[in-house]
Amino acid sequence: MTRNLSYREAINEALVQEMTRDESVFVYGIGVPDHKGIFGSTSGLAEHFGSDRCFDTPLAEDSLTGFGLGAALNGLRPIYVHMRADFLLLAVNQLANMVSSYTYASAGKLKVPLVIRAVIGRGWGQGFQHSKSMYSIYGHMPGLKVVLPATPYDAKGMLISAIRDDNPVIVMEHRLLYDVSGEVPEEPYTVPIGQAHTLRPGGDITVVAASWMSVEAIKAAEVLEKHGVSVEVIDPRSVSPFDSETIVASVKRTGRCIIADNDWLHCGFSAEVAAALAEHCPSELKSPVVRLGYAPAPCPCTRPLENRFYANAVDIIRAAEKMLGTNPLDLSGEEFYSYEHKFQGPF
Amino acid sequence: MGFSPKPTDALKLNLELYRKLYLARQAEESIRAHYAENEMKTPMHMSMGEEAIAVGVVSVLGPDDQIFATYRSHAIYLARTEDSDDFFAEMYGKETARLKGKGGSMHMCDPERGFMGTSAIVASAIPVAVGAAFASRKQGNDTITVAFFGDGACDEGVFWESLNLACLMKLPVLFVCEDNGLAVHTPQSLRQGYRSIAAIVSKFNCQVLEETSTDAEVIYDLTRKAINLIKANRQPVFMHLQYYRYLEHVGVNEDFDAGYRSRKEFEEWRQVDPVNLQRKKLLGNGTSETEIAKIETKIDRQIENSLKKAKDAPFANDAELCRGVFS
Repeated sequence: MTRNLSYREAINEALVQEMTRDESVFVYGIGVPDHKGIFGSTSGLAEHFGSDRCFDTPLAEDSLTGFGLGAALNGLRPIYVHMRADFLLLAVNQLANMVSSYTYASAGKLKVPLVIRAVIGRGWGQGFQHSKSMYSIYGHMPGLKVVLPATPYDAKGMLISAIRDDNPVIVMEHRLLYDVSGEVPEEPYTVPIGQAHTLRPGGDITVVAASWMSVEAIKAAEVLEKHGVSVEVIDPRSVSPFDSETIVASVKRTGRCIIADNDWLHCGFSAEVAAALAEHCPSELKSPVVRLGYAPAPCPCTRPLENRFYANAVDIIRAAEKMLGTNPLDLSGEEFYSYEHKFQGPF
Repeated sequence: MGFSPKPTDALKLNLELYRKLYLARQAEESIRAHYAENEMKTPMHMSMGEEAIAVGVVSVLGPDDQIFATYRSHAIYLARTEDSDDFFAEMYGKETARLKGKGGSMHMCDPERGFMGTSAIVASAIPVAVGAAFASRKQGNDTITVAFFGDGACDEGVFWESLNLACLMKLPVLFVCEDNGLAVHTPQSLRQGYRSIAAIVSKFNCQVLEETSTDAEVIYDLTRKAINLIKANRQPVFMHLQYYRYLEHVGVNEDFDAGYRSRKEFEEWRQVDPVNLQRKKLLGNGTSETEIAKIETKIDRQIENSLKKAKDAPFANDAELCRGVFS
């Protein structure tokens, strides 16, 4: 049965169902059992499964990542949760030097079924230490899988896939997506890791939109459609493994590509997408690839500057117009920032 | 029980300890003899001097207990496995090694025998040991997880995070601090703004045991005590054990001419060399020179044989390069 669930409810349902199915699954991290339950995503788990399967921890991201690795090597399936992706950076040593190489270092004898969830912050003045994504650095390392579910359906299905995967998977969830609702089947299901998803078919321009940017891209596509421009929106969903084939096949048809990333551009995931196009379909490109993402600055606190820090639907529309050589549309009748208006902070 | 009772036959135990001490020492002597041939292309962080700790601790452990160690783990690995074939095959980077040469001297790993791996990033394997101990307790196993590390690890934040976590969660972890007073070439006086690591750790909810002996049997007995404390108190134990690093930080040579430490200091520790000390003890216990020589000859031949096999073995096929990145 399919119902409408929010992204946070979809995550919570995935956790409840997997913890019910498999006793080796446990959830830990600062705040997972508290009254806020990581924006509702872990609510009720401690009450339902007990404090040995959903527990609070010291503020020690480095050691707690190694802790998860040690538990995973011994057959448990830990899920370590970070309220902000910025905090995960304290654990990069464990990810780069231990977690990502452990299976290789044991000649394949040891499995690492470790899941790390990290929330990408945005809005209400998150500032430069509560707003990072930086998934490209994790995708850079062989041995880690990195996924960016952008719909409630994917949030549930990809988290279940991550939990059942025998390899370390980093699941990065955008804070604004927590308020997005969508159809979610009640029964457990998996969404394969490493497959892009076409959110909206179109023939004129391909927009590759990661994480939250898929919401902006859909909005842009809806506006452009009213003016006769057909936009194909592809959600890559997975940074690593990276499904370049779906993207390349689309751009071979449309000949145009805007990459809307939820991160800085330099050395980022958007560069990887652009490289795939340069490698596989350079002659099919009718115009140069355009990349949109964070401004090359730390994220400012105040809203007007923050709005300019992030690329949005309007930026996608303007990029499309430029690419097609059409005049700028009058967007005064359109509503943008609808989800930012929903998010009333503070965290 | 996670470990077997102490043999009532003290002689038998002392022979076992000597066998392992001698194997670890002679395996490294063999590395020293052959390293200049440039065939063992792996940075060697030699165990020489620490054998009593490695052998004493490891000999207490049961088959299901787990060990997490460091880039300086030749003696620990050999004490656990006594598998010189695999050891030398890995040093030569050959296909016949369990890891097919992917790990080398710094990254030996044999999970089937409870040697769960190492880290060459100081202190990084300690939290992994804590997580393994958590799994052991959660799964209802009565096993011990041992984290070996040097005094340099105590400079790292993750050591304190991991100690705190293990004490907080009351996990069956045996922390073994192998204190040689040096991090690379930097003495404790330039690294530590406190007087005693053991004194600080004793403020945590765990037991602290200290020892400066190079007698493997003393370390063995202390480890038995530690494991009994872990089981009785449901708390970790921190063992602070001192030793002297005979050779340079990395490499197979002495470095007393470098100026950061003196040969005199070495000569003092050499008086209580763990291998010689154990040999003397056996002689004192009534073991004859002939019996000891017989053990030594057997091990010498074992090492010689392992070394030859390793030299003659092929390298791994190119297909191994990207195999095993993911499960």
